[in-house]
Amino acid sequence: MSIIVFLEKEGSNIRNTSLEAISYGSELSKKVNAKVVCVVFGALESSEGEKTGLYGCDKLIHVNDQAFDQAVINVYAHALNDIMNNESGDIFITAQSALADPIAAKIAVLQNASIATNVSELPDLNTEFSVSRSIYSGKAFENLILASPKKIISIKRNAIGLIENQKSASIEISDLKLNPDLIDAEITGTDRTTGMILLPEADIVVSAGRGMKGPENWGMVEELAEELGAAIGCSKPVSDVGWRPHHEHVGQTGIKVAPNLYIAIGISGAIQHLAGVSSSKVIVVINNDPEAPFFKNADYGIVGDAFEVVPKLIEVIRQNK
Amino acid sequence: MKILVCITHVPDTTSKIAFSDNNTKFDSTNVQYIIGPYEDYAISKAVDLKSSNNAHVTVLNVGKSESDPSLRRALAIGADEAIRIDADPMDTFFVATQIASHVKGETYDLILMGRESIDFNGGIVHSLVGQMLGIPAFSPVMQLEINDSKVKMTREIEGGKEYLETSLPLIAGCQEPIAEWKIPNMRGIMTARTKPFEVVEAYDSETRSRNKNFELPKEKGGIQLIDPDEVEKLHELLRNEAKVI
Ligand SMILES: Cc1cc2nc3c(=O)[nH]c(=O)nc-3n(C[C@H](O)[C@H](O)[C@H](O)COP(=O)(O)OP(=O)(O)OC[C@H]3O[C@@H](n4cnc5c(N)ncnc54)[C@H](O)[C@@H]3O)c2cc1C
Ligand SMILES: Nc1ncnc2c1ncn2[C@@H]1O[C@H](COP(=O)(O)O)[C@@H](O)[C@H]1O
Repeated sequence: MSIIVFLEKEGSNIRNTSLEAISYGSELSKKVNAKVVCVVFGALESSEGEKTGLYGCDKLIHVNDQAFDQAVINVYAHALNDIMNNESGDIFITAQSALADPIAAKIAVLQNASIATNVSELPDLNTEFSVSRSIYSGKAFENLILASPKKIISIKRNAIGLIENQKSASIEISDLKLNPDLIDAEITGTDRTTGMILLPEADIVVSAGRGMKGPENWGMVEELAEELGAAIGCSKPVSDVGWRPHHEHVGQTGIKVAPNLYIAIGISGAIQHLAGVSSSKVIVVINNDPEAPFFKNADYGIVGDAFEVVPKLIEVIRQNK
Repeated sequence: MKILVCITHVPDTTSKIAFSDNNTKFDSTNVQYIIGPYEDYAISKAVDLKSSNNAHVTVLNVGKSESDPSLRRALAIGADEAIRIDADPMDTFFVATQIASHVKGETYDLILMGRESIDFNGGIVHSLVGQMLGIPAFSPVMQLEINDSKVKMTREIEGGKEYLETSLPLIAGCQEPIAEWKIPNMRGIMTARTKPFEVVEAYDSETRSRNKNFELPKEKGGIQLIDPDEVEKLHELLRNEAKVI
């Protein structure tokens, strides 16, 4: 049997979250005695294949029909379903994303499989196959038993982190072609900020709220993020009024992040915001109101004016580089 | 044009979450229930399409009678009829099968859902139903324009947006700013009482997953406050104690 891991790319490189999915598959393969078969579509940087072995991939299937780079969900889902059949895949793993979750759902229907999204840990195989998944928008976890023989798992960022497993992956070039009959929509364009660290990928997130007073003050937030190699987030009111784009908004009704470090500047810490950040390992809060609820949910805090504290913090980081 | 809107009946976003019976049951004491916020967008979009596209809007929930107030609210906002499939929403596969079975017997042009339920957070019922019925499904949809049977959509992806074109029938998981949130007015509340409200029996269906128990997240160990004049100390702690930078 094998574990199929879907790898998503950023340009022609494999996303970090997908590398984590390989680690997850590889750790799981030790418990269920399976081969880890990874699948990537379209153009790929030549060194990327080897990298998959580093995290525990046994075999990489590279579907190099570049038409896939513009493909819609349905096309990927059926291609992966075929590969899962050919490779006698019993478990399908992917890192959560706007592309991967719908693919996972479609494959679950095609394979008659159990499915769990939002999974935050390695499965527990002691009695039955169960996974811990985040529910109530980050306010709780559910241990869910996946009862069907085949299982589809979509993992959250930092479910296990990157674990090296040092294998040498065999690379197989697949001549699978995109099936045009499966195109159920046309992608007419994309609008993405490139060259920036994506929120779901980031190890560090610098996030700011209404305490910043206006979009013109975001310069220091961007500078701090740049110094730390962090992604930028914000609270909902900030994206509602258009100070920042919608896809940066963190919380119950926005992106749920799980970085190693979350820095919240001028954010009060409303329960809906906290729901999106509760999986962060370390939380730092900078707020001039000592009563701000965020302080109750943080590891480190500075009660102070962001307009003084943040520039100082940028300075200290620069000095210590 | 016929539209189906699928809604959940979920704890209000400010709810504190707790469990009872040895962490096997959700504790609903003092919990206020609402229509899922993403489904509020779906209803609002559907009601907009009533005036622009002469749509008939059916609102659907898979749930027990507790959900009735949320279905009534949807009628008050402007949906034309409500259907509740009388079943415990046991797992995501079960819910999707119930919705798909209902849709099979009808001729909906558009099925609107939320991007995700805010209790289960699966984010996949739309895609499951879409695959079960062979209807294109996309989520999270931020903009949706319909011209005859042609559809233009904006979907949020990591770090930006994707623009899509397809045709009806279609399933869309909604999120802001697809429509302005609507709230019921007095007239809506009055007319809701006379609108059709049907409770139907659950369709035969299996589940594929089962809840074992629940857990609450580990509590933070308490905060360490740093003087605003000693920002370098924060840096030092993050580097040497927390080891995150
Ligand atoms: C259905 C629903 C869903 C929601 N979903 C989300 C969500 O997903 N994400 C989200 O974020 N919110 C969400 N909200 C909104 C949420 O309830 C709060 O209103 C919001 O998080 C507040 O944003 P804020 O902290 O930026 O603003 P505020 O609450 O106004 O807080 C601003 C903070 O900045 C501090 N401040 C002011 N000046 C300074 C200064 N000079 N230096 C330092 N600090 C300063 C203040 O002390 C205050 O604590 C939702 C609400 C609802 C009803
Ligand atoms: N019990 C239910 N009844 C009706 N619609 C539902 C139900 N559960 C989920 N949905 C719909 O499916 C969407 C996605 O749900 P989920 O996959 O659970 O995150 C929700 O926003 C709803 O529109």
